[in-house]
Amino acid sequence: MTTLQEQRPAVPNSGPRPTRRLPDLFRILCWVAAIATVATLAWLIGEIVRQSWPAISKFGFSFVSEAKWIPSRDQFGVLPFIVGTALSSLIALLLAFPLGLAIAIFLSEDFLPLPVRQVVRFTVEMLAAIPSVVYGLWGIVVLVPMMNEFGRWAVKAFKGVPVLDTLFHAPAYGNSLLTASLVLALMILPTLTAISRSALVAVPATLREGSYALGATRWETIFRVLLPTAAPGVVAATILALGRAMGETMAVAMLIGNSPRLTFSLVSPSGTLASLLANQFGEASDLQINALMYAALLLMALTLFVNIAGELVLRYTQRRTAGIR
Amino acid sequence: MPNTMETDVTRPAGTPQAPSTPKSDFIKVSGFNFFYGKKQALFDINMEIPERQVTAFIGPSGCGKSTLLRNFNRMNDLIDGTRHEGDITIGGRSIYDPKIEIISLRRSIGMVFQKSNPFPKSIYENIVYSLRIAGQRNRRVLDEAVERSLRGAALWDEVKDRLNESALGLSGGQMQRLCIARAIANNPEVLLMDEPCSALDPIATAKVEELIHALKKDFTIVIVTHNMQQATRCSDHTAFFYLGKLIEFDATQKIFSNPSQKKTEDYITGRFG
Amino acid sequence: MAANDHFFATAGGHRTSSRAIGNQILSILCIGLAGATLIPLVSILFLVVKKGLPLLNLDLFRQLPPAAGSLGGGLGNAMLGTLLMVGIALVIATPVGVLAAIYVNEYSPTSKLANAVRFVAKLLTGIPSIICGVFAYAVIVLPDGPIVQLCKALGIPFEGGFSAWAGGFALAILILPTIILTSEQALIGVSKAYREASYGLGATTFQTIWRIVLPDALPAIMTGVMLAVARAAGETAPLIFTALFSWFWAQSLTEPTASLSVLIYNFSTLPYEHQINMAWTASLVLVILVTIANVTAQLVFRKK
Repeated sequence: MTTLQEQRPAVPNSGPRPTRRLPDLFRILCWVAAIATVATLAWLIGEIVRQSWPAISKFGFSFVSEAKWIPSRDQFGVLPFIVGTALSSLIALLLAFPLGLAIAIFLSEDFLPLPVRQVVRFTVEMLAAIPSVVYGLWGIVVLVPMMNEFGRWAVKAFKGVPVLDTLFHAPAYGNSLLTASLVLALMILPTLTAISRSALVAVPATLREGSYALGATRWETIFRVLLPTAAPGVVAATILALGRAMGETMAVAMLIGNSPRLTFSLVSPSGTLASLLANQFGEASDLQINALMYAALLLMALTLFVNIAGELVLRYTQRRTAGIR
Repeated sequence: MPNTMETDVTRPAGTPQAPSTPKSDFIKVSGFNFFYGKKQALFDINMEIPERQVTAFIGPSGCGKSTLLRNFNRMNDLIDGTRHEGDITIGGRSIYDPKIEIISLRRSIGMVFQKSNPFPKSIYENIVYSLRIAGQRNRRVLDEAVERSLRGAALWDEVKDRLNESALGLSGGQMQRLCIARAIANNPEVLLMDEPCSALDPIATAKVEELIHALKKDFTIVIVTHNMQQATRCSDHTAFFYLGKLIEFDATQKIFSNPSQKKTEDYITGRFG
Repeated sequence: MAANDHFFATAGGHRTSSRAIGNQILSILCIGLAGATLIPLVSILFLVVKKGLPLLNLDLFRQLPPAAGSLGGGLGNAMLGTLLMVGIALVIATPVGVLAAIYVNEYSPTSKLANAVRFVAKLLTGIPSIICGVFAYAVIVLPDGPIVQLCKALGIPFEGGFSAWAGGFALAILILPTIILTSEQALIGVSKAYREASYGLGATTFQTIWRIVLPDALPAIMTGVMLAVARAAGETAPLIFTALFSWFWAQSLTEPTASLSVLIYNFSTLPYEHQINMAWTASLVLVILVTIANVTAQLVFRKK
């Protein structure tokens, strides 16, 4: 090949140039960066597995199923934190879902003039830009005193009522599962709103027209045509928001009270996997480090699972909307 | 067919009883101006559209024919900043009467769009949509409406065995006929069609045109079309619009053989548009 | 077939009227719910400004944080620490991220590696930020971590422990997916016609990327970088047990380093009003910083 080119009559500026080696180098550089990216995740998982191995081999599954966390006696079981993670993120979702959906509908419909909607949209985007610690600080100063009052009241009010008695059980403090869930709800609102809104906006305008032309009201159109069509996107938004809530650390660590006691009481101090890591890594030693690594591994597995599920639903949504068009 | 759907609705005096002699001014447009914001789209339209016949609106793009059509069921209300002057009556009653509920107006006027727009639901659920939103839950009534509408739209034989499958699995022509079936499920008085064949191939177009012909014994049909052959093939009357004005309105045969206006002649002979 | 009478169902149509009223109620409910979200946000912003503003002055940049119980002081070392660690994160993540994006979009978009990079980037965005801290803790902070071992083998005097390096590394992992994904979008945004014109004139792939594609994609890539800065500056979880905290000016990158976010975290639980107010001031500075980064990102992008 090269010989052939060399034999060609010389035309100015043609033929292979000496700079040819540089592009190959650049290609290799890009390839290395791509490999490094993939390797980073593998390294991250590998390193956390390696560091948690002593705890995995010592505790095995009992780490997940047992409800005691006593570092001084080398006893480690994260059940209370798994329960805390599940409860706090589910309650946050329960609170944020109707709000997020309402805002998404509000933003995609024309109840109010565009400038008003843009203010609301900007506001929700702003919520996403506020750092987690600032939410935590706000929670400590504003929410904790309020929730303290509420907790004491709720414990008295629901005493003896089935189910509610368990959910609002003494001891009640301002730093509690519910306080953390309230702030979590605010923090996942932007995720929920943004993805739901884009799913609603992606519904072809012709479907909306078709529904109106058949004599449907606005909300009949929303409930019977727009939401069912956008449903997979809303589901994806919910799952991704759940993933976000499970992994959220700082605001929760500042507000949940960080108690290792297993409780289903929403007004009592509790803990999540993430808040456990935030609280104890700085001063941990020996087996506690391995146990915390094990907890980190669980948290990562949990959030990865949820996120992959959300991502798959989102992809399905995009394919489906393409089909409707 | 007995009206079983809304027993609580009283029928005021003066309602046209179905098999009575067709009115020549079933839809009456008088002194009608229409604006999108500051831009005027329709200028002093006056016309009378006869009952149970097919009226075609023709004219170059942007001439206002679709705008007028979309005023008949007040779809233009959905657009911000629109307003009108003058009046439109259907069956002797002003559609802008403040006592009229816009949703009941739209229920009595079926509309078929340029691009077929079946909902991502089953064929069955598409048809019964307008009955369901009105609160109809009687399975027998719904079944009956589905069969009647699909037969009316000449689609019954093709889909009767897969009523519960998604409407999105139909072919383009079938989807458009499904939309026609959906539009007539509620027994409307008027059927509006906004370029219903522009996205269809010639075979599917022929089927829809056949359908229009069959439907005119039951419905007053107004069709917007770009296709002049289509207007000659399936309409009884033709209105020619140009730059927001009604230039000429007459029997289709007259318009295409001996138009009285120079503009109309230029358009139908293809000199512009 | 009877022409039915819906059109004439006016005032007498109870069913349609109740439907219309239900419609109105739902609309009002929806507007109310959307408006309700404004309350907490306004509350947060109001408090950040009201409590943060009084202590905001030039001394803040020069002085060290006040010890528990004492008055005065500033946020100097924390601001410096935040800037240092965000800087380290950018220096590590930007070249890797942009080059990986170039590989993914320019060299072999459909290869297995490209798909793996996209997949990994997606997964990394979903990983809780504290996991980045755990990773940095495992490889840099712990004395038996691989990076510390590597330094020992190479004769570099680095003993591990809490350091700015560890914090910056954790932030780098955190922002890497943002940079890859936004850079890829930026490259996708470059018109195919430019590339074809360049190849048509006999340019190599490298020349096309370097002279045509990158300059055109640069504003969008910068947007991604600014978004990454906004994200990294506000993060706390990856720093609390990697960089830890310090009451003093940083002397080197190998010692515990203060940051604004960790300062807020530490001060928020102190029982002294002045320290709490200092935390609000730090919040104000942080919110301003993050907002500037976000707004810059928008402006840079719009310019294009």
